[in-house]
Amino acid sequence: MSNVKLPIYLDYSATTPMDERVAEKMCEYLTIEGQFGNPASRSHEFGWKAEAAVELARKQVADLINADPREIIWTSGATESNNLAIKGAAHFYKKKGNHLITVKTEHKAVLDTTRQLEREGFEVTYLEPEDTGLIDLEKLKAAIRDDTILISVMHVNNEIGVIQDIATIGELCREKGIIFHVDAAQSAGKVKIDLSELKVDLMSFSGHKVYGPKGIGVLYVQRKPRIRLEAQMHGGGHERGLRSGTLATHQIVGMGEACRIAKEEMATENERIRMLRDRLYNGLNDMEEVYLNGDMEQRIAGNLNISFNFVEGESLIMALRDLAVSSGSACTSASLEPSYVLRALGRNDELAHSSIRFSLGRYTTIEEVDYTIELVKKAVTKLRELSPLWDMYKAGVDINSVEWVAH
Amino acid sequence: MAYSEKVLDHYENPRNVGVIDEDNNVGTGMVGAPACGDVMKLQIKVSDNGIIEDAKFKTYGCGSAIASSSLVTEWVKGKTLDEAAEIKNTHIAEELALPPVKIHCSVLAEDAIAAAITNYKEKNQ
Repeated sequence: MSNVKLPIYLDYSATTPMDERVAEKMCEYLTIEGQFGNPASRSHEFGWKAEAAVELARKQVADLINADPREIIWTSGATESNNLAIKGAAHFYKKKGNHLITVKTEHKAVLDTTRQLEREGFEVTYLEPEDTGLIDLEKLKAAIRDDTILISVMHVNNEIGVIQDIATIGELCREKGIIFHVDAAQSAGKVKIDLSELKVDLMSFSGHKVYGPKGIGVLYVQRKPRIRLEAQMHGGGHERGLRSGTLATHQIVGMGEACRIAKEEMATENERIRMLRDRLYNGLNDMEEVYLNGDMEQRIAGNLNISFNFVEGESLIMALRDLAVSSGSACTSASLEPSYVLRALGRNDELAHSSIRFSLGRYTTIEEVDYTIELVKKAVTKLRELSPLWDMYKAGVDINSVEWVAH
Repeated sequence: MAYSEKVLDHYENPRNVGVIDEDNNVGTGMVGAPACGDVMKLQIKVSDNGIIEDAKFKTYGCGSAIASSSLVTEWVKGKTLDEAAEIKNTHIAEELALPPVKIHCSVLAEDAIAAAITNYKEKNQ
């Protein structure tokens, strides 16, 4: 227990440390000693070598998701990929229709983009997920209109880690001739993605969620059937005119290497992480009034999102200063709003406020997990002893029947 | 968010946590709402000569809410009801160096004092 280095990082869904192998590779593409050339320089070896590195990386990313390298467009990250996919498709196909469908629990990079399209005159339906966090296909079907041009559903939710059935949604979209975009920032390297099978037209990826660098991402743009997009960034016509801007060779090489490693190690890594996550869950779940948020089966290995009833989230985070975790309550960001994702699942405010997201990853150890269990139990017990709500619960008072004076 | 030393101290070592058995000389105030993320329960025990001789609290809320209520239990002890009623949220916020987003915690603590005093007075009309 004493040999655990503090604080313990359990926020792999926020970002991952770069794999050493990735960092080493990237360093080869920066200085005068390395391949610093502009991949767009066609007239000399510096450019050719950089271009070759970019194309190798493109293939490494494509291999992870079983796509054609020509379907890979480099961007600055998943946020840009989501913007390019959704705005790009909506603008290009606006003569076909005016309606988009997405889900209330999407990342803000999708929700804020569709809000912008609404300001431009598009109509957007925001589906409510079931209390498991998964969407009901019948409700999705019912939301489809004759003028629906695009459906955007995230593969894995960033807060609760649930995996949507994108295979079935893809079939539905293809049948109806609707473009299907998937935000896969949280699923790449964690869930098998085979784009030769999946009927997905556009898919967003991030480098820094897969032990690669920040500031790099990918948009998969399907070739057959071909999906057209209106570019958001204009300039030198890089990336087949879809995303201008000098390619960041070192970032791209890093994301490629990260994807290569993910492809090779994903299966064994997932097994190890799942074992640790289950150990953590079992260790915490023997306390009273602990609630799991989101479906347990349709969930990535590294995510555990639980609420500790009668304990307020921010004070819990404060007690867990030796852990790097996320709170479902955005109190810490000064907005005092509980998580919109947990609210969309129908969780009440108290449980939404008291949720903690533990996300485990490549460098999480069993010692860290055991230390975490002890620490969380101690903190929850201490805070419950301080909590008037806990006393009321223990005395058999139904907290929902009390008339609270909201302030 | 960075917490002040005083908030951390009260949070780590909260003073006067607990429950006083209900009686005529005890005033209990409970303010806030679970949905808002904080609930404070403050109890005062008043002596025959009108002095608050004991105070206890329980709080569901963030570190600043816990610290505000812990501080208030220290401050009300030894005061008359009128003196305790003069404790304002600005005093609490200043003492704990609360940032603007946490001012509502000090307001809640002031409300808790008022609620406890009201409850005591209702019992002893």
